[in-house]
Amino acid sequence: MPQDITNAIDVRQAVKRYGDFTALKTISLSIHDNEFFTLLGPSGCGKTTLLRMIAGFEDVTEGEIFLYGEEIENLPPDKRPVNTVFQNYALFPHMNVLENVSFGLEMLGKSKSEARTRAGEILELVQLSQFGARKPLQLSGGQQQRVALARALAPQPKVLLLDEPLSALDLKLRKAMQLELKHLQRETGITFIFVTHDQDEALTMSDRIAVMSAGELQQLGDARDIYEKPANRFVADFIGETNLIDVIVKSKDGDRVLCEFPNGLTLTCDAVDEMDVGKTGHMSIRPERMKLHQTQVEAENFKGKVVENVYAGTDVQTIVHLQNDMKLAVRTQNSDTGKAMIFDPGTDVFVDVEFGSARLLAS
Amino acid sequence: MAARKFDVRAYPGFAYITALCLLILYVPLMVVSVYSFNSSESIVVWEGFSTRWYADVFVGSESAKFKVAARNSFFIAVIAATVATTIATFAATAMIRGGKFRLRALSFGLISLPLMVPEIVTAVATLIFFSSIGFERGILTILLAHIAFCIPFAYLPISARMQGIEDTYEQAAMDLYATKRQAFTKILLPLMMPGIISGFLLAFIISLDDFIITNFVKGAGVETLPTAIFGAVKQGIKPNIMAISTMLLAFSIVMVTISYFVSKSGENK
Repeated sequence: MPQDITNAIDVRQAVKRYGDFTALKTISLSIHDNEFFTLLGPSGCGKTTLLRMIAGFEDVTEGEIFLYGEEIENLPPDKRPVNTVFQNYALFPHMNVLENVSFGLEMLGKSKSEARTRAGEILELVQLSQFGARKPLQLSGGQQQRVALARALAPQPKVLLLDEPLSALDLKLRKAMQLELKHLQRETGITFIFVTHDQDEALTMSDRIAVMSAGELQQLGDARDIYEKPANRFVADFIGETNLIDVIVKSKDGDRVLCEFPNGLTLTCDAVDEMDVGKTGHMSIRPERMKLHQTQVEAENFKGKVVENVYAGTDVQTIVHLQNDMKLAVRTQNSDTGKAMIFDPGTDVFVDVEFGSARLLAS
Repeated sequence: MAARKFDVRAYPGFAYITALCLLILYVPLMVVSVYSFNSSESIVVWEGFSTRWYADVFVGSESAKFKVAARNSFFIAVIAATVATTIATFAATAMIRGGKFRLRALSFGLISLPLMVPEIVTAVATLIFFSSIGFERGILTILLAHIAFCIPFAYLPISARMQGIEDTYEQAAMDLYATKRQAFTKILLPLMMPGIISGFLLAFIISLDDFIITNFVKGAGVETLPTAIFGAVKQGIKPNIMAISTMLLAFSIVMVTISYFVSKSGENK
């Protein structure tokens, strides 16, 4: 099979098994040149395994991995022009910052002075020039993180692999580093592959995201795609918050499908998957895509009663009880227009689902 | 402090038992050390402070014998500790970084077994081994025996140290284009160094003061310090024995202290 050399990484039918346990089930995906690509999923989904297979720390049970058209899955880690930022940073404790950053360059055969000069430049890029003589443990967590980044960037890898590098940082620092990483990626033009279980992080930074679960690729797309057009129940549930309701398909009219809820209510929605009348599926409605009204505004509005309001700063989450014990979570922005649509518990309301925002998923 | 109610000092009689244990353990050593400075020929009657017995060790009638023995002891200890430490380092690398190989548990048992086998058994077995293969007894047989029984002592601090080193360091090194060998020499070895030094010093001390095995496998006329001391004691205890013992004790304390601080310094790195 000819490989597209404009792809930074091509994973072809890769499988990883540990004895009887299959960590990765036949994954194929392409990561473009100069892309900020994120592998997102809960722990144990195989995302780190895939990253380590690209880095060369795990062998590939079946399948191939190509790096800019060159087959690499049988090369040892030191022969692959990719570098890794480890989750625990793995900075060499017996070397100072400058020695850490120049290590890769020296191993590539650069002279000591050349390596040190280049390492100095990279340290400048991550604003740590004045810390070159310090030992890693004399630095804060955020600084260590940037040293790890500098060390991995210094040899100018073709692809940079980042294994949950921000998970040890506090929220403020994490947010700052997210932006810094995004800028670094643009500045250096190096393809970044970022592994995280944090959907916020993935949505904020990535050009494209691969959502993984149980060793399988669930969906591949940009942030808007996976949030607004989840491919299945898992993605809808894992990314952001959503109302997931089991439904039966009652009738079809092109892409528009009339679905019936367990409580007897019906709603017309977009079908993501081809589904026949009579089949059961899941409907996903994002809480912020619904509005509460005191009077009926559309024919398909649900009648319900507000039971609880939870204040969450930027918005208010309202739990609405519909007939026959069905509950919906609705988010209303805490703005002037939004406040007019927040009602006290006990109020009878109509729930209006935005056109095109309810999605029917087969699995 | 949450641990207060478990404070061992609160138990009745704790202070007395502690004092008793310390007394039994250390009074004999203190007596020997103090009496090594006795000016008397007697080993029980104190007549005044003097360093004559220390001088006697170096220039007295038996000094030549002790000098040769000391030289043998240090020569054997240095080489045995070096070789044992090297073997133990590779053993620890294989045991801890080698993954799950077959007979791993058995290998670990075999490495540490000599610590549990009564020394006299090892001594007899080593002697039988050497005579059955017709190996002439001399300084070389002592050296080989010492290397063998020093390995577990060197192994313990080295493997303990290595277990605390995450393998991501070597992975990071290889990720940064170091070969396996470079990852070992440039990253793993320096990180293991406190354990290695500690293991070396321990093996050194163990070799230096070994008596039983040495006494079995040494050739006629070849003496190490412990066997020479034992030989001298057989003709009656003279205070110069106390002086030698005290010097050995002081030397051991220094080595063990260094070993402790070296391994300690590695912990917070």
